[in-house]
Amino acid sequence: MPTLDDYKGQEPAWCPGCGNFPILRAFKEAFVEMDIEPHQFLIVSGIGQSGKFPHYLKCNTFNGLHGRTLPVATGARLANHEMLVVAVAGDGDCYGEGGNHLMHAIRRNIGVKLFVHDNQIYGLTKGQASPTSMEEMVTKNQPFGVLSEQLNPMALAVALDCSFVARGYAGDHEHLKGLIKTAVNHKGFSLVDIFQPCVTFNRVNTYAWYSQRVYHIEDDYNPEDRVAAFQKALEWGDRIPIGVIYRNNRPTFEERVPVINELTLVKQPVSIEGLKSKLRKTIKEFF
Amino acid sequence: MSRVRGGHNFYQMRVSDKEISASRGPVDILVALDSDSISSHSKELSAIGVVVYDSAALKEKHDGSQFFDVPLLDLALKNGGDKIMVNTVATGTVLGMLGLGTDIFLDILREILGKKGEAVLSANANAARAGHEFAGRECLRCEFSTPAIGTKKMLIGINEAVGLGALASGCKFYSAYPMTPSTGIMLYIASKAKEFEVIVEQAEDEIAAINMALGASFAGIRAMTGTSGGGFALMVEGLSLAAMTETPIVIALAQRPGPATGLPTRTEQGDLLFALHAGHGEFPRVIFAPGTPEQAFLLTNKAFDLAQKYQIPVFILIDQYLSDSQWTYDGFNLNKLTLTDWRATESELEGVKDYKRHFLTDHGISPFARPGTSRHLVVTDSDEHDEDGHLIEDAATRVQMVDKRLFRKMPLIRSEITPPVFYGNSRPDIILTGWGSTYGIMKEAVNILSETTKVAMLHFSEIFPFPSSQELDYLEILGKANMTIIVEQNASSQFARLMKTETGFEFTGKINRYDGRPFLVEELLGEISAYIG
Repeated sequence: MPTLDDYKGQEPAWCPGCGNFPILRAFKEAFVEMDIEPHQFLIVSGIGQSGKFPHYLKCNTFNGLHGRTLPVATGARLANHEMLVVAVAGDGDCYGEGGNHLMHAIRRNIGVKLFVHDNQIYGLTKGQASPTSMEEMVTKNQPFGVLSEQLNPMALAVALDCSFVARGYAGDHEHLKGLIKTAVNHKGFSLVDIFQPCVTFNRVNTYAWYSQRVYHIEDDYNPEDRVAAFQKALEWGDRIPIGVIYRNNRPTFEERVPVINELTLVKQPVSIEGLKSKLRKTIKEFF
Repeated sequence: MSRVRGGHNFYQMRVSDKEISASRGPVDILVALDSDSISSHSKELSAIGVVVYDSAALKEKHDGSQFFDVPLLDLALKNGGDKIMVNTVATGTVLGMLGLGTDIFLDILREILGKKGEAVLSANANAARAGHEFAGRECLRCEFSTPAIGTKKMLIGINEAVGLGALASGCKFYSAYPMTPSTGIMLYIASKAKEFEVIVEQAEDEIAAINMALGASFAGIRAMTGTSGGGFALMVEGLSLAAMTETPIVIALAQRPGPATGLPTRTEQGDLLFALHAGHGEFPRVIFAPGTPEQAFLLTNKAFDLAQKYQIPVFILIDQYLSDSQWTYDGFNLNKLTLTDWRATESELEGVKDYKRHFLTDHGISPFARPGTSRHLVVTDSDEHDEDGHLIEDAATRVQMVDKRLFRKMPLIRSEITPPVFYGNSRPDIILTGWGSTYGIMKEAVNILSETTKVAMLHFSEIFPFPSSQELDYLEILGKANMTIIVEQNASSQFARLMKTETGFEFTGKINRYDGRPFLVEELLGEISAYIG
């Protein structure tokens, strides 16, 4: 059984009070409680404040490029689908630069668990608007306010029939921890959008702002009702739901790829003799 | 040209009992299924050339003994029952003109059409025989002599050969986005996915394609991607990621004329310096440019070996001409294949207490464990990192890591590179030099010119790191020749520029072609004789 000490990583370089700290703590606690050891999973992250996440705990890590977490995670998962593969991205990372990959990861239903640290701002590059920034928010780079409509990742994911769609809040620790566990235990692709207050650059969506608005989705809510889920996903304003918005049980991509039905690709034996005997037969087809 | 809906298109075939490696200009038999074929190609007829056409179907009559009017449509309808069999009749006709039998053709029809049922097959067989008989009876001008049919040969194109080379190397993952002329590699591997247990994933774009392959490679299997110029432009960011994270990857880059969409279904060798310089930052890479399917098969195998051994990106540079031509062989020598698993095995890792993904070694290569298969953590970063794989900012570590990736590995990689092929006269006055797809055409030119001149060819298929001259002193050979001509299918002699940078050598003459068409034998000879005078 791992302990929190086993998960102690590098010293974080996030600003004091950053919403990433509670996410890191919830993540570590959830993994310890699920009895998952650091060597048993891989985190693929991108670039942004969230990209540093895997360095601040202990795990196999591929800290790749901005926006490209999901393709790397998809390739790794297909190579070894017995390994838990977690993708960590930010709102700019996943909904901006990597938007196309999100759409197609959802379509594939690859068994990757995606956690988006959504602070509704660009932190690493110091305060420009992100796809989830609210309209009219003024930044140094958006002097007339944000003119594009705010992206709603939950509605987008429900529209694409994403097999697990949830939202958490860094300021609601136990709830977030539970959500992380539920997402990890879901067999298909999971998207968890986590409100992560940026105390330095986002003066609109503060801890107070979120705390006043978020509410736990009702116990009697049926997350398998897609139409109801779409309605839930559209809620924004004075009351914003957190919890599992939508889930379904459609088959995962790994389940549907016949060549890995028995063994993962990494476990399939490759020998020159085996290959040559197949090649001799294959080359005959060219005659 | 990509004419999915039909329209004027052509395919050229050359038959010989001697080894041939390129296309020639004069056409002996032109089968014209449309009027454009006559107007565009009849000027290419040889002295004994014949145009096969159907005056009734094309509604045009040509006089002259070089025109052989064959009622292709009528024979197809009467013997096959469907106008779609015009091509079957035409093939039968050509066999009749050449004095060859129809047995092999009928076997091929069975192979291709067998699954459509006996009715379709026998209709086609009748159509073939009708064309064959008509030619035997009516072609007065047919004086072709054909050699006896030899043993069966292998017929293979370069995309299939690259695909086969990947399978032969234990490639387990191929992700790509369809793009002419590289798509054939993906299609071939996909057709063998079940048998060789490979995942072939059509990615949403080329960016995803290279990143997926890198994810799969990092996780522990051999992975590859393939594309053409524009698609590779999108992959460049991922190339740099492969370099920084020291993740092995093989990239097939099938060139076509650019810039931008360019001439999508034509040929060019315009991306050598792009492949060489692509990616931000400084890092090692290997570039192979096979000139034949056989070279492609073996070089793809070598590409996988070097990629994994040195944890670097390796390119297979081909082009549309190679992608769309087919070569015959007696077979491929499987004994030349190599397969070594360069990843750190579980037993190698057993004694390791504190595993570091980017551990500094004398040779620059760090043991590469498979994440999730041992208790060791495998950590890497696109940021500059320390030996553990964690991101750093300090100057000393940065210098150590650049030295490791670039300066320690590079001499070792260079020692793996084999010298160019030297073919022809051993003390030549004239040397043709080229790389990649010009292998065949230069060889034919050397064979012909050898009757009157002391001529040779130097063909480079392992281009970067530039081969050393220790094993074959090509610089001395070039230095002793009176005339050295570089032949390239691009406008700016990219290889000549690379060679000057690497060796200081300058060719005395340059032949460039950048109209998107491959050289025909006569055309190259013409260009060379302009130099020889």
